[in-house]
Amino acid sequence: MLAYIARRILASVPVLVVVALFVFLLLRLTPGDPAAIIAGDMATPEQLDRIRTSLGLNEPLVTQFVTWSGQLLSGDFGRSLISRTPVLTLIGQRLEPTLSLALMTMLFTLVLSIPMGVIAAWRHGSLTDNAVMAISVLGFSIPVFVTGYILIQLFAIDLRLFPVQGFRSIGDGLGPFLARIVLPALTLATIYIALIARMTRAAMLNVLDEDYIRTARAKGLSERIVLFRHALRNAAVPILTVIGTGFALMISGVVVTESVFNIPGLGRLTVDAILARDYPVIQALILLTSGIYVVINLLIDISYAFMDPRIRY
Amino acid sequence: MSAAENPSPRTDDVLVVEDLFVETTGRNPARILGGVSLRVAAGETVCLVGESGSGKSVTSLATMGLLPKGALAVRSGRILVEGEDVLTVKTSRLRQLRATRMSMIFQEPMTALNPVLTIERQLEEVLSAHSRMDNKERRNRIRSILELVKLPDVERMCRSYPHQLSGGQRQRVMIAMALVLEPKLLIADEPTTALDVTTQKEILKLIAEIQERLGTSVLFITHDMGVVADIADRVYVMRHGEIVEQGPVGEILAEPKRDYTRDLLGSVPALHPREARPSASREIVLSTSELGMVYGQSSFLRKREGTVAAKDVDLTLTRGRTLGVVGESGSGKSTVARCVMRLIEPTEGSIRLRGEEIAGLSRHALRPMRKRIQMVFQDPNRSLNPRLTVRDSITEGPINYGAAPKAARERARELLELVGLPADAIDRHPHQFSGGQRQRIAIARALAMEPDVLVADEAVSALDVSVQAQVLDLFDDIQTRLGIALLFITHDLRVAAQICDEVAVMQNGRIVEYGPTAEVLGNPREAYTRQLIEAAPGRHWDFPNFRPLAAPGGPGTVGAPA
Amino acid sequence: MAATRNASPAAAEVDEAAAEPVIRRGFLPRIAIGDLKLAPTIAAVCLLVIVVAALLAPLIAPYDPIAMNPMERLAPSSATHLFGTDAYGRDVFSRTLYGAQVSLIVGLGAAFVAVLVGLPLGLFAGFFRWLDAILMRIMDGLMAIPAVLLAIAIVSLAGSSLWTVLIAITIPEIPRVVRLVRSVVLSAREEPYVEAAIAVGSSLPKIMWRHLMPNTFAPLIVQGTYVCASAILTEAILSFLGAGIGTETPSWGNIMSEGRLYFQIKPGLIFWPGLFLSLCILSINILGDTARDVMDPRLGKKREA
Repeated sequence: MLAYIARRILASVPVLVVVALFVFLLLRLTPGDPAAIIAGDMATPEQLDRIRTSLGLNEPLVTQFVTWSGQLLSGDFGRSLISRTPVLTLIGQRLEPTLSLALMTMLFTLVLSIPMGVIAAWRHGSLTDNAVMAISVLGFSIPVFVTGYILIQLFAIDLRLFPVQGFRSIGDGLGPFLARIVLPALTLATIYIALIARMTRAAMLNVLDEDYIRTARAKGLSERIVLFRHALRNAAVPILTVIGTGFALMISGVVVTESVFNIPGLGRLTVDAILARDYPVIQALILLTSGIYVVINLLIDISYAFMDPRIRY
Repeated sequence: MSAAENPSPRTDDVLVVEDLFVETTGRNPARILGGVSLRVAAGETVCLVGESGSGKSVTSLATMGLLPKGALAVRSGRILVEGEDVLTVKTSRLRQLRATRMSMIFQEPMTALNPVLTIERQLEEVLSAHSRMDNKERRNRIRSILELVKLPDVERMCRSYPHQLSGGQRQRVMIAMALVLEPKLLIADEPTTALDVTTQKEILKLIAEIQERLGTSVLFITHDMGVVADIADRVYVMRHGEIVEQGPVGEILAEPKRDYTRDLLGSVPALHPREARPSASREIVLSTSELGMVYGQSSFLRKREGTVAAKDVDLTLTRGRTLGVVGESGSGKSTVARCVMRLIEPTEGSIRLRGEEIAGLSRHALRPMRKRIQMVFQDPNRSLNPRLTVRDSITEGPINYGAAPKAARERARELLELVGLPADAIDRHPHQFSGGQRQRIAIARALAMEPDVLVADEAVSALDVSVQAQVLDLFDDIQTRLGIALLFITHDLRVAAQICDEVAVMQNGRIVEYGPTAEVLGNPREAYTRQLIEAAPGRHWDFPNFRPLAAPGGPGTVGAPA
Repeated sequence: MAATRNASPAAAEVDEAAAEPVIRRGFLPRIAIGDLKLAPTIAAVCLLVIVVAALLAPLIAPYDPIAMNPMERLAPSSATHLFGTDAYGRDVFSRTLYGAQVSLIVGLGAAFVAVLVGLPLGLFAGFFRWLDAILMRIMDGLMAIPAVLLAIAIVSLAGSSLWTVLIAITIPEIPRVVRLVRSVVLSAREEPYVEAAIAVGSSLPKIMWRHLMPNTFAPLIVQGTYVCASAILTEAILSFLGAGIGTETPSWGNIMSEGRLYFQIKPGLIFWPGLFLSLCILSINILGDTARDVMDPRLGKKREA
C-alpha cells in the first residue's frame, strides 16, 4: 500500500516538471521580445531593460530555467507588473470566493449527477434514461456564461429570488452567503453534472453487463443492493477519474462564472490580468491551478487503491 | 415440435419445464427456444447437453428469471420450481425463491464473483437477504459452508478478495454461495468448462458429494459428453432451441435414437492413443534445446522474482510428423509455441529451424526465416482481421515475400479449395463465415507461406465437437498431402491422442514426460501424466462406438460417480 | 484453460441464433433510411443552416457587420433590425451571421489539426514503449493545464489573430486525441490478427497502416466532433473574456462580451448569439453521440437486441 502511494507520488513529479517547463518555454519561445510583450506598447527602453534583467532574459535558457524553478520552489512567483504586489499575496486575497464557489459546485454536482447516472443506466433505454442523456448533452453544449445569464434573467431579474450579482463571505452570515452563491454554483455545476452523470451512466452500463451482477441477482438480492453495493463500487474508478480530469474543466468555468456573477475570486483576477496584460499573474495562476490539478488527481489515484483491492498489489 | 417424449411429471419433481418458448424482443422476434420441456426429480442429476447456440444456457437463465432484459423474453410455457410457476410469480417472490429454492453457478469463476467485496461479505449478504440469522449465526453458517466445500484456511478465505483465489477455489466459493441456504435445485451452467481437467474432476466430485449430503437436484448444462458420461442420471440433448432426445444416460450413450445424438457422440475423439505412423523422413525441421522464458524481471521500485514460464524445454520435430504439447493452464505450453514462432523472445536456449538458429535473431535477420514456420491461433474470430477480405488475409504473407499479387490470388483460391471452402469465398469478409470456416481460412493463410512447420495453438479448442472433428481431419489430410510437420498445442488429451505421433506433457514450465503418444498416454511413467489421464472426463466410455472402453483400468462404469 | 470464453453464454447463443446478423463491413456500418432518429436529424438540419449562414453571410446579411450607426444605438428587435442593434448601432443579426464563420473555422480547424498531429503521435506511442513513456508524460503535463488558461496565456503573449487563437485552442485538445489513438492501438496490437501479420512477415509500417490504424478511424471521427464542439466553446469563452480574436472581427463571443455591460437593458445582445452558439455546439455533440452509438458495436448491439 505504502509502496503504491510512493510510486504514485513519484509518478506525478514529472508531470509537474513538464507543466513548469511548458510555462517557462511559452514566454521564452513566443516570437518577439518577451520583455516588450510584458511591458506593453508604451514601455521606455529603460523599462524594457529592467524587465529583462529581472526575468534574467539575457542568460542562457538552461540557467534561466534553473533560477526560475528555484524561485518557484522557494515560493517566489514574482510580482504583479501593475500593482507590484507579490503574486501569491494577490492570489491569497482572492482565494475565499473561489473556494466557496468550487465547494458548493462539487456539492450540487455529486448530489445530483451520480444518482442521475445510476438510474439512467439501470433503466437503460427508458424515458428516464433519455431524459438524463438529454440534460447531459444540453449541459455540455450550452456555454457557462449563457447558462449564467439565463439563470440571472429567470431567478434574479424576473422572479427576484436572488440578488443579480456579487459575493458575501460566509462570515457575513449563511443567508447572504447562500443567496449569492446558489446561482453561480448551479451555473458552474451544469457542465460538471453533465460530465459526471454521463460517465456514471456509461460506467454503470459496463458494470451491469458483468457476470458478477448476474451472480448478485441470482442470489436474490434486492435491486438497490445490486445497484449500489455491487455495481456502483465497481464503477467508482472511472467515475473518480472523470471527477479528477473534470477539475481542469471547472477551472475554465470558474473564470467565466466569476465574471458573469461579478465574484471577486481567482477568476476575476485572471480576467483583470488578461486585460492589463499582467503576465506574471497569469503565469502564476496557470502554475497554481495545474499544481492543484496534479494533487487532486494524485489523491484520486491513491483512492483507487481503497476502492479496488486488486490495485494494491 | 420435438418428437422426444417427456416422461410425465410427477409431484415430487423439483423442476418441471413445460413447453417453454423464448424469443428475442424487438420488431422481428427470432425464436430461441421452441417448446422445451424437461423435468428434474428430487436428488437427480440431469444433464442438458448441446453445442453452442442450442439454447441450453437460455433454458437455465429462464428458470432463474435471469434472461437479459430487453433482449430475450419468454413467450409461453411454464417453469415450475417445487410446484411454483416462476414465470407468473411476483418479482419479490422470485427474488425470495432464488438462493432458497433454486441456485445457479456459472461458467467463469474468474468473473462471476464481485472483485471488490470480500468472500465473507458476498456469502453474508445471501444470508441477510433471505434469513433472520443474527451476526453470530451468520458467521458460523459461513464458516461451516466453506468447510463443506473443502476450502483450506477458512478464516483467511473469509477475508480474501476473489483475485487472491485460484480458479478452482473461486468455483468452490460459488458453490458455497449457491448452497448456503440449501436450495432443492442447483443449476450449473458449464461450471467446469473454464477449469483445468484436474480441477474439473475435483469440482465434479465436490458437487456429487454435496448433492448426496443435502439431497440437492442438479441441472447440469454442458457441451462435454465426457462430463455427461461421468455424472448424469438422465440426459436431454438440445439443438436449435429444441430437445432432440432424452433418456437415462446409459441409453443415450449406448443406443442413441436420433442421428444428431449419434453424430455428436461420434465426434468425441477417442482417448486411446493413435499408433505413431512409420516415419518416412528423418529430417529434423524444428528443434529446441534448453529453451527457457522468464517474465518480468525486477524493475525500478518494484523488486520481484521473475516468473518462470518455461525452462529447459527440449523438443524435436521431424518432417511430416505431429508433436503434441499438452498441459494445463500455466504449464508453459503456449509460451513454448510463442517462443518458437518468435512472437516473443526466449530468455534462454536455442531454437533451430531446419538446423538454423533463430533464437537470438534481430527482427531483420528473422524475416527470411518466418516463411518456414506458421501458426494457427485459438480463436478464429480474432485471428483474422475483420476489415480485410479473405484474399487480403491469405495473400498478405506471400506478397510480403515478393509474390505477384495475381499469382498469390490464384494460389489463395487453390488453398481455399484445399481447406474445403469454395474458391469464390475469396472476396468475402470473415464475419460471413462460421467459426469452423474461419479456422479453415486461418489454416489456408498459414499454408500460403508453404511452411515446413505449422504451429497450432489450441486451434480446435474454441470449436464445437462436431466442427472440431472436421478441422482435426483437415489437419491430418493436409499433413499427408503436403508432408508438413505439426506442433500441436492443446489442453485436451483426447485431441492429442487422436492426432499426435509423439507427445510432450508439460507442467510448471517443464516437460515432465515426452515420447510416442501410445506410450505416454497408454502407459504413462510419470504420476502427473497419470493424474491428467485419470482426470479426463468419460474416460471409460468409447463414445464413437457407443460402448464402454475395455481399458486396462478395468471395465468402464457409467453413471453417477461413487 | 478455457475452451470457450464468452462473456455471457446466453448472449453468444443469441448471436448465433438471431435471425439478423449484424452487418459490419469496414468501419462504416450501413445506415438504412428507416434508422434515422429524430434528434440527429434535427441536429444535422440545424448545423446545415448554420454552415449555410456562415458561407452566405456576405449575401444574406442585411447590413455591414462592422458599420457603426450612432443614431440607432441599442435598438430593439424590429423588421429593419431582426435582432436589434448593439451599443455602436451595428446590426446584431448581420454580426451573428458573420460570427458563425469564426466559430466554424475554429471548430473544424481545431478538429482537423488535433487529429493530424495526434494520430501519428498516438500511433507511435502505442507501438514504441520508449517513446510512449516520454510522450505520455508530456501529454499528462499538457492535460494538467486548464485549457482556457493555457489559451489565455498563449493569446496574451502572441497576440489575438485568428491563427493564434486557433493554435491556442488546438494545443490543449491534442493530448485527448493522442491518448485515444494510443489506447486503441494498445488494445488492437494484442489481437491475434496482428500477431498473425507478424508471423507472415509483414513489416512494421505495414502492420501499423493495414492492421492498427483502421481501428482508430471510428473513434477518431467521434472524438473529432467532440474536439470541434469543445473548440467552438473555448473560442467563445476566450472572446467573452476579452482574450479572443480582436474585437473588430464579429464573433459570437465578441458580441456577447460587448453585450455584458448592457445585459439588463438589452439581454438580446447575449441571448441571440448565445442561442446560435448553443444550438451549434448542441448539434455537433448530438451528431457525435449518434456517430458513437452507430460505430460502437457493443453499444449498438445492446440497442438492437
